[in-house]
Amino acid sequence: MHRGARQGSRGRIAVVSIRFDKLGVVIALIACYGAFSAPFAIFRANRIVAGEPRSIIEALPQPLGAVLLAVLVAAGLIALFRTPLVARLGAAAVTLASLALLIGVAGSHLTPEGNTFARISPASGFWLLIFAFTLLLADVLTRLQLSPVGRVVVLGIGAAAIWLLLASGQWDSLSILKEYANRADSFWNEARRHVELALGSLFAATLVGLPLGILCHRVQALRDGVLNVLNIIQTIPSIALFGILIAPLGWVAANVPGASVLGIRGIGAAPAFVALFLYSLLPVVANTVVGLAGVPRAANDAARGMGMTGWQRLSGVEFPLAFPVILTGIRIVLVQNIGLATIAALIGGGGFGVFVFQGVGQTAMDLVLLGAVPTVALAFAAAIILDAVVETVATRKSTEVAAA
Amino acid sequence: MIEIDHITKRYGETTVVDDVSMVIEPRTVTVIVGTSGSGKTTLLRMINRLVEPSSGTIRLDGIDNRSVPGHELRRSIGYAIQGNGLFPHRTVAQNIATVPALLGWDAARIKARVDELLALLQLDPAAFGPRYPHELSGGQQQRVGVARALAAEPNVLLMDEPFGALDPIIRTKAQEDLLAIQKRFGTTIILVTHDMEEAVHLGDRIAVMDAGKLVQYATPADILANPASDFVETLIGASDRPFKLLSLGTVGDAVEPGPAAGEGIRAGASQRDALAELLWSGRPAMPVTGENGAALGRVTVEGLVKRAARPQ
Repeated sequence: MHRGARQGSRGRIAVVSIRFDKLGVVIALIACYGAFSAPFAIFRANRIVAGEPRSIIEALPQPLGAVLLAVLVAAGLIALFRTPLVARLGAAAVTLASLALLIGVAGSHLTPEGNTFARISPASGFWLLIFAFTLLLADVLTRLQLSPVGRVVVLGIGAAAIWLLLASGQWDSLSILKEYANRADSFWNEARRHVELALGSLFAATLVGLPLGILCHRVQALRDGVLNVLNIIQTIPSIALFGILIAPLGWVAANVPGASVLGIRGIGAAPAFVALFLYSLLPVVANTVVGLAGVPRAANDAARGMGMTGWQRLSGVEFPLAFPVILTGIRIVLVQNIGLATIAALIGGGGFGVFVFQGVGQTAMDLVLLGAVPTVALAFAAAIILDAVVETVATRKSTEVAAA
Repeated sequence: MIEIDHITKRYGETTVVDDVSMVIEPRTVTVIVGTSGSGKTTLLRMINRLVEPSSGTIRLDGIDNRSVPGHELRRSIGYAIQGNGLFPHRTVAQNIATVPALLGWDAARIKARVDELLALLQLDPAAFGPRYPHELSGGQQQRVGVARALAAEPNVLLMDEPFGALDPIIRTKAQEDLLAIQKRFGTTIILVTHDMEEAVHLGDRIAVMDAGKLVQYATPADILANPASDFVETLIGASDRPFKLLSLGTVGDAVEPGPAAGEGIRAGASQRDALAELLWSGRPAMPVTGENGAALGRVTVEGLVKRAARPQ
């Protein structure tokens, strides 16, 4: 016992000089594997044949390959040990920028002169490196405890950097952008449709869900029934829900005058919209109920005792206090809908899912990515922005009032 | 004047308030005291119609309180509750302005009233007005709650265990503040508590409730001297009954002629404090001074002990 303790203290003295960062160890290991063992880019003679892997040294003209490896090793070491936050931030930013720039260089370098069939795409090593250093960046930003506005600004900087790279043509030699070049028109149409589906169904769900949630809060008897039904809807797989909706919507289109003019049909955007709307209801209604239930009893009683009418109490006390929780529900719905809207393509509803399913059908992974990457980026941005809004609202309308 | 006339409240089979009648004089403090479940809060809440009675009527200055819509009635009656019920998302100034805003006062008048009340409750308007309730201590929150209840200059103030969540030292201070405010505005205060000590200290009259019934409605001295039932006696607490009785009178009323040595006591202090001081310092008598510092005489242990005995 005694000897063990002494050994422990001696061990600690040895560690004081070099201290490892816990997350840094993971990042360094991933980065090491990504840089030295995994392929950086994949070369394919055309868009559907199997690819050949290329390492960093093979994929990049000299001395850029060596420079990138040096940058990666340096950044990996900074991540590995306990270093100042500024150094870690710099390492993450420089590494991510180099990777983003050089994957484009690899694209042009690997494409044979004048060959329009060859496809160069980022390979697992590239994605692992991006993952590792995004992790480092996220860790640094968390430790910096940025304000909500600060986080949105960082997001804006990142988006602007990516937009600049896209606009400069730096990535044009990459396979995913070659797919984009072939479909530039339909890409933006599907993008608009995707956003319309996700935001439109969210808007409709908020319009219906808020009053429904308030009603459930006021009428105890209604609450369990409504929430259970919405829970059941939530568990129906989306493809099944589309199938269930085809019959009734088809009937509506055929029998309700004017319905088909509005675009209501058994397949297409209408059932996708209805399905997304139904999935959105549970988070909105449930969070409204939870938010209203969390309003301090004493505040509610005082509001009544001072002569507020039912409406004044709802709009002046209950709703403002429940708002951060309700907004959290809306955030869940938005991120969920951006992802789910991909499925709409299955029944001709459009959206980024069109590229995903076309790509799967043609075994063209680059086309799948053309649908998947913007979807993920959109969901990610929506999450950060709405989180910032929720935090701003929640701190301003702090509910941590002492009941004392 | 508030006339409570054969008021009964039933929830299904249970009778919470059972045929209570009482008359509350204007500009007095009436304390309704009882154990939990005695119906005291329900009785209070029927005055501003947060609870509607099953039968009976309540008249405010002769007018049935059901002659105006409930929310309008409540705007004319101050209401303060335990845990103060401040709105966490509104500043102190906005909280106090609640009822004036509902009544449609103009901004200048509201601001003047808010500042006046904050100053009255010893909270600097410039410093506290823009703060949020969670930035205040419990005692400060309670004062803001009282200020909010008084904002629209109500004639009647209902208080449901307003000091229940305060520590003893702050509670004593809050009670003194309340009495001072009551004197200044002449507000009719009806206060619910389970603490007989508080009732004796604050009330001009005390209404004791038990199981929905009004057991006794009398002055504190009367309740201490002649408890109407065993229940009232238990509520008073036999062990410190004499001290409660002494706490009702001032030293000025117990002055006797004659000299005494040592530190004196103000004529305005309670007889209970005087006796405690005498016992603690081991003296048989101590001098009494008036508010201007003039010597008035002395109080003696013997004299106070006689006063602590049950009135015949």
